[in-house]
Amino acid sequence: MMHAHEDTSRRSGFSRREFLKGSGVAAAATALAQQSASVAQEQGVEVVRGKKRITVEVNGEPVSVEVETRTTLLEMLRYQLDLTGAKPVSTDGSCGASTVLVDGKPALAAALLAIACDGKKIQTVESLAKPELDPVPKAFVEHDAQQCGFCTPGFVMAVRAFLNQHPHATEEEIRNGLNGNICRCGTYANVFQAVLSLVKGGANG
Amino acid sequence: MANYAWPSRDEAQVIGKKTSRLDGVAKSTGTAKYTYDVNLKGQLIAKALGCPHAHCRITKIDTSPALRVPGVVHVEVLRDAGSEIEWQGEILAVVAAETEGAAAEGVKAIRVEYEPLDVFVKDYDLEAAERAGRTSSGGGRVQTEREPGPNDDEDKFADAEIERLLKASKYVVEGFYGIDPITHCCLEPHGSTVEFKDGKLLAYLSTQNVSGTDDGFARDLNLTASDVEVRCDYIGGGFGSKFAPDYWGVAAARISQKTGRPVKFMLDRDLELKLAGNRPSAYLKVRVGADENGVIQVWDSHHWGTGGATGGAVSQNVVPYVLVPKNYRRRVTNIKTNAAPARAWRAPNHPQACAISQTVIDDLARVMGKDSYDVFLANLVNATNGKADVYREQMRIAAELMGWKEKYHLHGKGPRNGSIVEGLGMALHTWGGAANNSSCTLRIRPDGSVESWCGTQDLGTGTRTVCAMVLAETFGLSPADVRVNIGSSKYPVSGASGGSTTVGGVSESHRRAAQDALEKLFALVAPKLEAQAEQLEAVGGRIRVKGAPQRSISWKEACALLGDMPLEVTQSYRSGTPSPLSSSQVAGVQMAHVAVDLETGVVRMKKFVAVQDQGLVINPKTCASQIYGGVCMGIAGALFEQRIMDPETGAFVNCELSDYRLPRLGDVGEIIVHLYEPDSERQRGVVGNGEPPVISPIAAISNAICNATGVRVPVAPYTPQRVLEALQRRA
Ligand code: FES
Repeated sequence: MMHAHEDTSRRSGFSRREFLKGSGVAAAATALAQQSASVAQEQGVEVVRGKKRITVEVNGEPVSVEVETRTTLLEMLRYQLDLTGAKPVSTDGSCGASTVLVDGKPALAAALLAIACDGKKIQTVESLAKPELDPVPKAFVEHDAQQCGFCTPGFVMAVRAFLNQHPHATEEEIRNGLNGNICRCGTYANVFQAVLSLVKGGANG
Repeated sequence: MANYAWPSRDEAQVIGKKTSRLDGVAKSTGTAKYTYDVNLKGQLIAKALGCPHAHCRITKIDTSPALRVPGVVHVEVLRDAGSEIEWQGEILAVVAAETEGAAAEGVKAIRVEYEPLDVFVKDYDLEAAERAGRTSSGGGRVQTEREPGPNDDEDKFADAEIERLLKASKYVVEGFYGIDPITHCCLEPHGSTVEFKDGKLLAYLSTQNVSGTDDGFARDLNLTASDVEVRCDYIGGGFGSKFAPDYWGVAAARISQKTGRPVKFMLDRDLELKLAGNRPSAYLKVRVGADENGVIQVWDSHHWGTGGATGGAVSQNVVPYVLVPKNYRRRVTNIKTNAAPARAWRAPNHPQACAISQTVIDDLARVMGKDSYDVFLANLVNATNGKADVYREQMRIAAELMGWKEKYHLHGKGPRNGSIVEGLGMALHTWGGAANNSSCTLRIRPDGSVESWCGTQDLGTGTRTVCAMVLAETFGLSPADVRVNIGSSKYPVSGASGGSTTVGGVSESHRRAAQDALEKLFALVAPKLEAQAEQLEAVGGRIRVKGAPQRSISWKEACALLGDMPLEVTQSYRSGTPSPLSSSQVAGVQMAHVAVDLETGVVRMKKFVAVQDQGLVINPKTCASQIYGGVCMGIAGALFEQRIMDPETGAFVNCELSDYRLPRLGDVGEIIVHLYEPDSERQRGVVGNGEPPVISPIAAISNAICNATGVRVPVAPYTPQRVLEALQRRA
């Protein structure tokens, strides 16, 4: 069991049970706010802070992490577990770069609170490297579906999730089914070929 | 010194073979570490307060509430009270905290008072810019076949001559064309993860310029450049916007110096779009006259646009683009707006120049009632880069791949299928792409291992793989057998990656170093094989006598002859040195096939063909990827992306990715890439191809839309609204 913990020792004397209420991602934390109910008033902004220990399964391993209630799943993965495959590109869920699987379904880690994942199974792109290379990243390499590569982990996970759902997707389904990810370098034609090779070859594992 | 050369097409074992990038698995499984991904022990996370106003003066700034936010460790003020701010997003203060959440909360807590000042952002409105005193001349040029007499007033003579030529023209086209500003929108935002320790700075910087950014940090921190190491193993996009540490990089280093802790400071998405790079706009009024064959004889244009608060408009030097008639007059007016300064955007000036001038050629075809292909062909006599023959051949290939002849119809004369009409368009381009400075240190160890160091960087173009391929080719090994080290300012100096100069530069330095090393190794091996060093060759993991392959020893055995001293060679290439290994100037032709919905104004990409010359191709796989990518970026600029500013307040209203539209996988249609590499081009050596493929798409797509509808949509991006407006104007 891995343990991760944020260093807050440098700031003593404040309540740990506060978080910013009303910030975009805070809705899921409302229940917790009601429990912790430590509310501070600061310059007209209602501030509620808190921390919570959650247990999740990350890439098959159980992990216990203490997170701020406002911490996104992406921040938790990147800063507390050093799993930096999922990328921070936008916070409004418009680019797909932070795509991971939560209980087998694609989700945007940048737009999801960590505490909303308590008890869930998280699968990140890093898991596709082991025990042997998954066919999706393999096809991305073969078809050079990556340039700078910053969108690639999110794209790989989106494709993995798409193929789990549509193992025999048609060309049209591929063109219609992978529009949640942005690639600035323009690898779309290569991603398309990579996916096509997997549905055609039946090798998408 | 060896006789530097590339192997012939037949001899080459590695070069010219499709090779998967060596860091492909690391990228596609998320283990490649970008600047954003480097987590240093005890690091602070920094976030910025960007100015909400496009033009104002700061009257008061109070950071003390931020310091009271739990988790906030430091607030660095960058702009004091009294500062004038000239664009929205300019960073006023930086908050460093234990977590992202605390940093964001700290930013919100800063109290600032502003005095608003006048705002101007209407770069498309020349008259308004003049009234607001925001214009300046960007120069111009007049060229006429007839010379003015000794007593003629030059301006009056030019006026009269241009009018005379226009009158004498069989066909005249008069029009307005434009292209709005876009941003670089790198998916990895600008930023750094830095650690200041014991008087030295280690800076992981998302940069196109590892060898040239150490001094930028040093200057500001009162260090020498040798106290600074800049590292960049992977970069999530640059496109011309990441050549410097930037003031926010320096701020991160200062915060690290003051707090004694590492700092990660990456721009948030909205600031990335507002601050960290944009491409100048261009709007052009033009008249052209052509003879009975459609060859343009006279061009008279005035264009304007903005590079933001400090930068200029699109240079007049590239207008008209590539095809320049004997008589022309062109001038440009720069407009100063309240927007962040423009930065070099992939092929600076060229995409805009192509979009505002090769659309004119297509309109000429429309006016003449002729096939656009034939009018482009006729105007190749005006190609100023000596590439008319290359373009002619590339046009033939592209037309074949597109099925141009079978599909083409005159402008607006195609069949209508419900509300859908289809059309074809083309454009052509040029670029320099000469090799940059580059140095490479190469070490061959007695155990046969090969390792290289070079202060270059891989923007995603496949530089690492190219370096390995060049070394492997030279030594008769495979690319996986050599270890390539790039991405540190402590490695031998290599130029910034901009202007398609990297592949040429690193091919030069690596081939030179490798050929020199091999020559030394041959000298050791020759006596063993009872041959002269000149008779040896390295092929398939062995060193052997040419023509007598049975007389050979393995690469490992050969390296063992080094004894206990590794063989180390450093070689450099200096930009501009004539060389058989690299060259400059490329040509490319592109064709677009689109479908336009006359009821909704939506343009769909059906097919796109790109034929591109880049001299000798090292890795056809990554080379083609550059072209696929350039075409996609061009489609973005043609149909999707645009920086939208509120005309009154100067606010950048679509600075998040949900509003800043970029194409998706389903939007780009079928793309066909043809690497044009006949012997005549291959023998020129390596030329960069990062910029060229992004130049033509906008003009080609504009022309295809016009061919489909019979109507020119004047300003890119050609959004549904603009398409409908243009159709209504005709009706
Ligand atoms: S590869 Fe660079 S953003 Fe997709």
